[in-house]
Amino acid sequence: MTTSSSERGVSLGMPELPAPAYPDDVRARLETDAREIIARYPDSRSALLPLLHLVQSEEGHVTRTGMQFCADVLNLTTAEVTAVATFYTMYRRKPSGDYQVGVCTNTLCAVMGGDAIFEELQEHLGVGNGETTDDGKVTLEHIECNAACDFAPVVMVNWEFFDNQTPATVKRLVDDLRAGRPVEPTRGAPLCTFKETARMLAGFPDERPGAVEASGSAGPASLVGLRLARGEAAPARVVHPRDGGPHDERQDRPVHQPSPTEHLSSHDAPQDTSASDPAHPAGPTAEEGE
Amino acid sequence: MTLAPELKDTGPEKLLAPVLSAFWDEDKSWTLDVYRRHEGYEGLRKALAMSPDDLIAYVKDSGLRGRGGAGFPTGMKWQFIPQGDGKPHYLVVNADESEPGTCKDIPLLFANPHSLIEGIVIACYAIRSSHAFIYLRGEVVPVLRRLHAAVAEAYAAGYLGENILGSGLDLELTVHAGAGAYICGEETALLDSLEGRRGQPRLRPPFPAVAGLYACPTVVNNVESIASVPAILHKGKEWFRSMGSEKSPGFTLYSLSGHVASPGQYEAPLGITLRQLLEMSGGMRPGHRLKFWTPGGSSTPMFTDEHLDVPLDYEGVGAAGSMLGTKALQCFDETTCVVRAVTRWTEFYAHESCGKCTPCREGTYWLVQLLRDIEAGKGAMSDLDKLNDIADNINGKSFCALGDGAASPIFSSLKYFREEYEQHITGRGCPFDPAKSTAWADRTEVNA
Repeated sequence: MTTSSSERGVSLGMPELPAPAYPDDVRARLETDAREIIARYPDSRSALLPLLHLVQSEEGHVTRTGMQFCADVLNLTTAEVTAVATFYTMYRRKPSGDYQVGVCTNTLCAVMGGDAIFEELQEHLGVGNGETTDDGKVTLEHIECNAACDFAPVVMVNWEFFDNQTPATVKRLVDDLRAGRPVEPTRGAPLCTFKETARMLAGFPDERPGAVEASGSAGPASLVGLRLARGEAAPARVVHPRDGGPHDERQDRPVHQPSPTEHLSSHDAPQDTSASDPAHPAGPTAEEGE
Repeated sequence: MTLAPELKDTGPEKLLAPVLSAFWDEDKSWTLDVYRRHEGYEGLRKALAMSPDDLIAYVKDSGLRGRGGAGFPTGMKWQFIPQGDGKPHYLVVNADESEPGTCKDIPLLFANPHSLIEGIVIACYAIRSSHAFIYLRGEVVPVLRRLHAAVAEAYAAGYLGENILGSGLDLELTVHAGAGAYICGEETALLDSLEGRRGQPRLRPPFPAVAGLYACPTVVNNVESIASVPAILHKGKEWFRSMGSEKSPGFTLYSLSGHVASPGQYEAPLGITLRQLLEMSGGMRPGHRLKFWTPGGSSTPMFTDEHLDVPLDYEGVGAAGSMLGTKALQCFDETTCVVRAVTRWTEFYAHESCGKCTPCREGTYWLVQLLRDIEAGKGAMSDLDKLNDIADNINGKSFCALGDGAASPIFSSLKYFREEYEQHITGRGCPFDPAKSTAWADRTEVNA
């Protein structure tokens, strides 16, 4: 979480010199943006998090110059700004790539394959956690739960969703990013650079035509309950991971509609699909009604 | 097993109740046009025809309880705001959804942001607030994009801004993106973060209702709680109470994830069971069985297949020794190592501990050291009691609920799977093959 002063090349005993200022034109432009951000809040200090996103959109990471700028416009000390900038994981403190590829390795995604994806990606890219490829395109990191567990394993690129990934799909993804081929998330808009993303996080809407409607209303997993409630067929797995596997065969069969006289828990009785452990007291919970 | 008689003879059409998710599959579902076609902003008209006090009483009578985890009655939270105190009042919507396993607010905001905006206008009218904030976690840019668009649409249509629908109500709504910190889901840490500080929890009292944002009376509500309010107003509190139970009325989003055949969102009356949800959705992935699951995210004590019939409402889950939490039903099958799962969650808590209080900061660190050793086959039997002891020194003794959450998976996994921990110690390693747990494990000749 912390960056030691030695990492920034400062030796003990010699106070760090003040950060260099932004060039005048950059500063003037950022001040206009900053005024707009500050006006959104009853108290100017509330603008600090968006302002840190703003300076990150300028340089790709939060620099000392950026922090000095935030301190100046909010009338804070640089210590106060640094304390905040170092607390939150989305602020980068060193130069990084155009595309931040984050592999979820919190428990559920990790178990579902996130660990394997992260491992293979490190090998494929030749970089470790938090490191950037030589071409400056891709920064790899593992991330915490990103609220998309029903699409596990999940990978985020510049905080757009790439759902239901495998090592193969993610390797292709980073290859495309490095080759400059257009990449579209499963949920979200066609990728822009990390800097452009940071500007949206500062509160400036994405003005690209089609960006808001890109990828449709909802991902497939978000709709499974709705479709069942309407009596529609069992949810189609549009995306992998399990297409081509046993699950696909199931979809060809008529969906079982329990009759009023039938006990819903018919799967409690051992059935031939309980091969994994027919003796288990709860019985197989899969394959009900077949 | 036995099902409640009224649920026994019904299929998913009867067991599920899509309200917030009812039109997520429509083209451009996030737009004002589609929302209005589905009777959007009708609840607001009803609300504005009532007095603010009557409105608070109405929401209180509906029995709506917070959907962010704690289950506190929403109307009561509104009622706690002192009136006539001369201070500005604020509504802050907690959209920082970061609890591992929790994935309901993000799809809700992506597909139907206007339900939240309408709920915000209603809530602000009730608590006499003229400025509301949506604190959205920063790592979900697709949702931020749609919130920006929806808020702009609502301003243009006169649902936000000055003199809303001619009622005299003025309301400003600010969308605020966070910057990556789980602790900011804790309401007082969220307020500190929104004030431009490190997200660390505050000592209570004073509670946010008295001294919240900028030390003014503040309501902090979860996205789903506020988004549920318009439907209650529009269709009536009796309709709402006709679902769920006496103490846990209404509908809610259940998020099924993990080794299930059909992970996703299932909106249903409170009190549905995991067995019912699995039965209607194809169960666990073919050929596997449920081993352990969380009812409401990683901070809620885990359950096993013994708990398939626990009614998933506040009382039912509480009586079974856990918490309803965020209804994040993470299901793991028999291929999953529980020690690995708990180790990873604990690493998460250690990473996200804000460092303010000693039990959580130090305790989570040491839990990680012990768990990593056990998972790597370097543990000793005495470590198991030590784990329990450390967790006990965090639970209830830390500054905020993050510490309690960190203790939950430790206690519950030791309770149900102590043998598996012992196996790691006596067998000098993890007996599980992680490759078998992956989403692609059962696909033939692909990505093995």
